[in-house]
Amino acid sequence: METLTHNIQAIPLNHYILLSSIIFSIGVIGVLIRRNAIVIFMSVELMLNSVNLLLAAFSVYRGDATGQVFVFFIMALAAAEVAVGLAIIVMIYRNTNSIDINVLNRLKW
Amino acid sequence: MSTLIIISILPIILLYIGLYKGQKALLPVTIIGLLVALGFGISQWNNNAQPIYHGMMLFDNFSVVFSSVTIISTILIVFLSKDYFEKISSHIAEYYAIILFSLAGIIVMVSFYNLTMLFIGIEIMSVSLYILAGIKKSDFASNEAALKYFLMGAFSTGFLLFGITLIYGASGSFNLEAIRNFVVEHPHNIDPMFYTGVLLIIVGLCFKVGAAPFHFWTPDVYEGSPTLITAFMSTVVKTAGFAAFLRLFTACFAPISDFWVPVLLVITVITLFIGNITALYQQSFKRMLAFSSISHAGYLLFAVVALGASSANSVFVYATAYSIASIIAFGALILVQQQSGSDNFESFNGLSKKNPFLALVLTIAMLSLAGIPLTAGFIGKFFMFTGALNKYQVVLVILAVINAIISIFYYFRVIIAMYFNDADRAELVIPVYYKFVLGLSAIATILIGIYPGFISGLI
Repeated sequence: METLTHNIQAIPLNHYILLSSIIFSIGVIGVLIRRNAIVIFMSVELMLNSVNLLLAAFSVYRGDATGQVFVFFIMALAAAEVAVGLAIIVMIYRNTNSIDINVLNRLKW
Repeated sequence: MSTLIIISILPIILLYIGLYKGQKALLPVTIIGLLVALGFGISQWNNNAQPIYHGMMLFDNFSVVFSSVTIISTILIVFLSKDYFEKISSHIAEYYAIILFSLAGIIVMVSFYNLTMLFIGIEIMSVSLYILAGIKKSDFASNEAALKYFLMGAFSTGFLLFGITLIYGASGSFNLEAIRNFVVEHPHNIDPMFYTGVLLIIVGLCFKVGAAPFHFWTPDVYEGSPTLITAFMSTVVKTAGFAAFLRLFTACFAPISDFWVPVLLVITVITLFIGNITALYQQSFKRMLAFSSISHAGYLLFAVVALGASSANSVFVYATAYSIASIIAFGALILVQQQSGSDNFESFNGLSKKNPFLALVLTIAMLSLAGIPLTAGFIGKFFMFTGALNKYQVVLVILAVINAIISIFYYFRVIIAMYFNDADRAELVIPVYYKFVLGLSAIATILIGIYPGFISGLI
């Protein structure tokens, strides 16, 4: 555990921030340009996981466990969200036989 | 504290009642449970609350007031749900349970003292609402609303979380007091990371409350969801969103207001104009209400822009006035929709001849939403504008007054349709529950408009 912490701290904090920002941006771009509901969903998960990574990094650098506890909360609630989200996607698929969000144009977008 | 516990346990009891086929008992149990929760909430008034659970929650006067207004609005909406859910499915216990779970999230949102609880509260509320938006499983509009709400909600949660993380990285804590101390102790050399975090939190929260330019999901979701759920989303949820917004910014970011006030100022002005101008050319009453809720989000943002001692009070008065008036509008819409099957302005034609009571309460609601004097809406706008003027935001107030004038046009369209357009229509049968809710709300609107004193001095 001690060596792990040292290994993490051997890399400057800025690198973690940069990496997380890049992953987060990939997620945002994915949500904005992809048309498949499942892929959009995965991009959202990517955003949440970049946040988890950053929280863990901050937490190790500060020697403060609250950041890592927050990661657990994010994971638990993301799982709840996945359960509801996939159910909604299945409901859409049953009605339209498609999960392309372009079919969602009955209401003006 | 007991409020939150009761509202969390109540839905589980309701699920059991539904399991043992006690459909008739659901509504009374819900109402009684909520009233008990409200009583416990009010008993916490002025007892010098300290943060509890290692600084996670704080049930101070702010939280009591906003819990009370959200619980009361929920009670009114639950009354309207009599015979509403039965048309959708025979398993109605789940609907009441999910509404109450959402309310539990809202109570957490208005009482948080730690960014963890802010996140958890918002998520409990949102996840319940994703389900509620899609309860009409075979109705395509409802499906679409659920998916759009879900994708946009999850997306905005990502921004909120990234913001929270950056603030944690800069300040080293999630606790509101610790973050405030950090801001106060480093007035000039705060990490740029912290500012980015504040901006991302603004983006996340603006998504949740439906402020432009992050409002684009609102009209679709509000139009597609079942009308009763739309009523819940546009009153209780919006109130809670602003309470959380205000609590966070008052507690943490007030010392660096020079940084975020310009950003929110721009958001406020855009929200006002987009909401009001788009509402002008809507044909559907429900969609018009959705855009009007965007414009009201703009007025509510005034309190955050002009952050001061009276902000909480003005948000409270405004949100109360707006919630009551919206509940009347949505209640009337449910009745008209059941009769004519359409939510266009034309379906209100000639309503005053056959249903003078319904036309009267709807007129009062529209006058209140437009901010005409002697209604609660006017008092709300008055407090908002006074607060902004105290901060010398003269241009903002002038733009808001122009917007208030624009809004009169579309609110009066429905009044004109009811009183001056003739149409052959049968008399609407108004159930007793609806009469009670509509009458009570109309009386409250007028009462607050005439004697604002009894709610304006609370916090």
